Amino acid sequence: MVKNSASSKKFKLFLIFEAPTLFIFATVVGVPFLYGIYLSMTDWNGVASSYSMVGLKNYITLLGDGNFWSSFFMTLKYVLISVILVNAIGFLLAVLVTSGIKGQKIMRSGFFTSNLIGGIVLGFVWSFIFQRALVYIGQSMNLPIFSESWLASTDKAFWSLVIVTVWQLSGYMMIIYIAGLMSIPQDVIEAAAIDGCNSVKRTLHVVLPLMVSSFIICIFLTLQRCFMVYDITLSLTKGGPYNSTVLIAMHVYQKAFLSHQYGVGQAEAFFLFLMVALISGLQVYFSKKLEVES
Amino acid sequence: MNRMTGKNKYLELVKMVILFLLLLVYISPFIIVLINSFKSNADILRNPLAISQSPTFENFATAYDEMNFMNSFFNTVLITVFGVALIILASSMSAYFLARVHTRFSSVIFMIMVVAMVIPFQAVMIPLVSIYGSLGILNSRGMLVYMYVGFGCSLAVFIFQSFIKTSVPISIEEASEIDGCNKLQTFFIVVFPLLKPTIATVTVLDMLWIWNDYLLPSLVLTRENQLTLPLSTYAFYGSFSVDYGPLMASLVLTIIPILILYLFLQDKIISGVVSGAVKT
Repeated sequence: MVKNSASSKKFKLFLIFEAPTLFIFATVVGVPFLYGIYLSMTDWNGVASSYSMVGLKNYITLLGDGNFWSSFFMTLKYVLISVILVNAIGFLLAVLVTSGIKGQKIMRSGFFTSNLIGGIVLGFVWSFIFQRALVYIGQSMNLPIFSESWLASTDKAFWSLVIVTVWQLSGYMMIIYIAGLMSIPQDVIEAAAIDGCNSVKRTLHVVLPLMVSSFIICIFLTLQRCFMVYDITLSLTKGGPYNSTVLIAMHVYQKAFLSHQYGVGQAEAFFLFLMVALISGLQVYFSKKLEVES
Repeated sequence: MNRMTGKNKYLELVKMVILFLLLLVYISPFIIVLINSFKSNADILRNPLAISQSPTFENFATAYDEMNFMNSFFNTVLITVFGVALIILASSMSAYFLARVHTRFSSVIFMIMVVAMVIPFQAVMIPLVSIYGSLGILNSRGMLVYMYVGFGCSLAVFIFQSFIKTSVPISIEEASEIDGCNKLQTFFIVVFPLLKPTIATVTVLDMLWIWNDYLLPSLVLTRENQLTLPLSTYAFYGSFSVDYGPLMASLVLTIIPILILYLFLQDKIISGVVSGAVKT
């Protein structure tokens, strides 16, 4: 009887505190996710009322789809270059900003500004820069590299996307690196200075090892953000020219909502999910490993 | 240590100049857009870098009217405020339950919610649209807020749960129950006020997310009077693609509200983003 009333009390608590959230979560994330796995095994076109099960056919189609793979490999290239540049520049900015100069707060806020603004707006801002401002500079100063819009050439459009990403995210990672740098105890650095380390040695042998956890956070944050980027590509290049900047997230959208191949689109989406899950798994693994070592 | 040698001062000056130039490069795209928002289309095409001799506000009037700015602005405010408030309410209550009730069932729920943080939006986007579309309940701002709660709650529950576990002493809850509070009263009167730092973090993260989000609202909202700022900016760009003046003005209009907020709350926003990133 006592046990019963205890568990009925717990059930009452569950109904009041947990059930509403759980219901919303299940209907928005849980059910669609599971239904998506089912959907990826059908040939539904998004409109027809009847469709049939096709098993793993969509996944097999996917494996043989050259468009998908070129989009996927371009995404990998974009992610790899962006992750390296974002973190290198973000870290350098953080070191410069925290090196004891005046106006540190203004600098920090200034570099972060682009992260307050949505990707759609940022893409439009930069499309004007690439199409008008840089072309003007190129033509009036006779710089052939800028004399035509970067967004009009397949190769340069890709690099435009990288530039906008690096410009935006390096300010984001900078503030995380700043927080990491500030948390290094001052006496450790002073001790190294007394032991005769110059500032380069101090950075290499004292600061960097203490920053490993910040690096892990920032690198994985950048990885996730870059793998799923959509807004900026939409407003900067719309995937063009000639589909040269259709990253994987946009490819999923186009397959489902423009080509009306919901099943194939969902198979691609599931593939994207596996990639992101793998990245997050690695992140957990590395941070756990680090905790054990330190 | 405090003695500043000439060499150090020189070095500091060099660093400041480098940083200042870098900052200028970083914000120059915004400055260029701002300059051009006061110019006519012909002036913009002639020289996109020049400052106008006779600034015009006409672009702003056009953009304001054509993108139905006030309407989109209020939609965005409404959806962001309700979205963030409901995420905080739902997640803090759920996290309280998960932190305090230890059963196999509650730890399974927590595990599922944490793992779900990994699911990218694109992975549920297609089934979400097809389920809610076939039920005929898309196309409403309320539905959009409901979805934000669903997508936002797993991260928020995770942040709240670890805070409650580590920083809310169970003894004060017991004391309030001895004083005759039931669980709901204990939560809202005693526990909830203690969550302030975490509420700030979740508010910053979710506010920036919902305010700037494009993909989800673009799938849910279609009627013109429901659009949020990112949606109406995008629609405006599609319909006005040749006249640069109003386009530049529309970007400035969209950026200004969040910039004003940033001016007053920059420390809170930055520390919220940092603690959100470090906790996940």
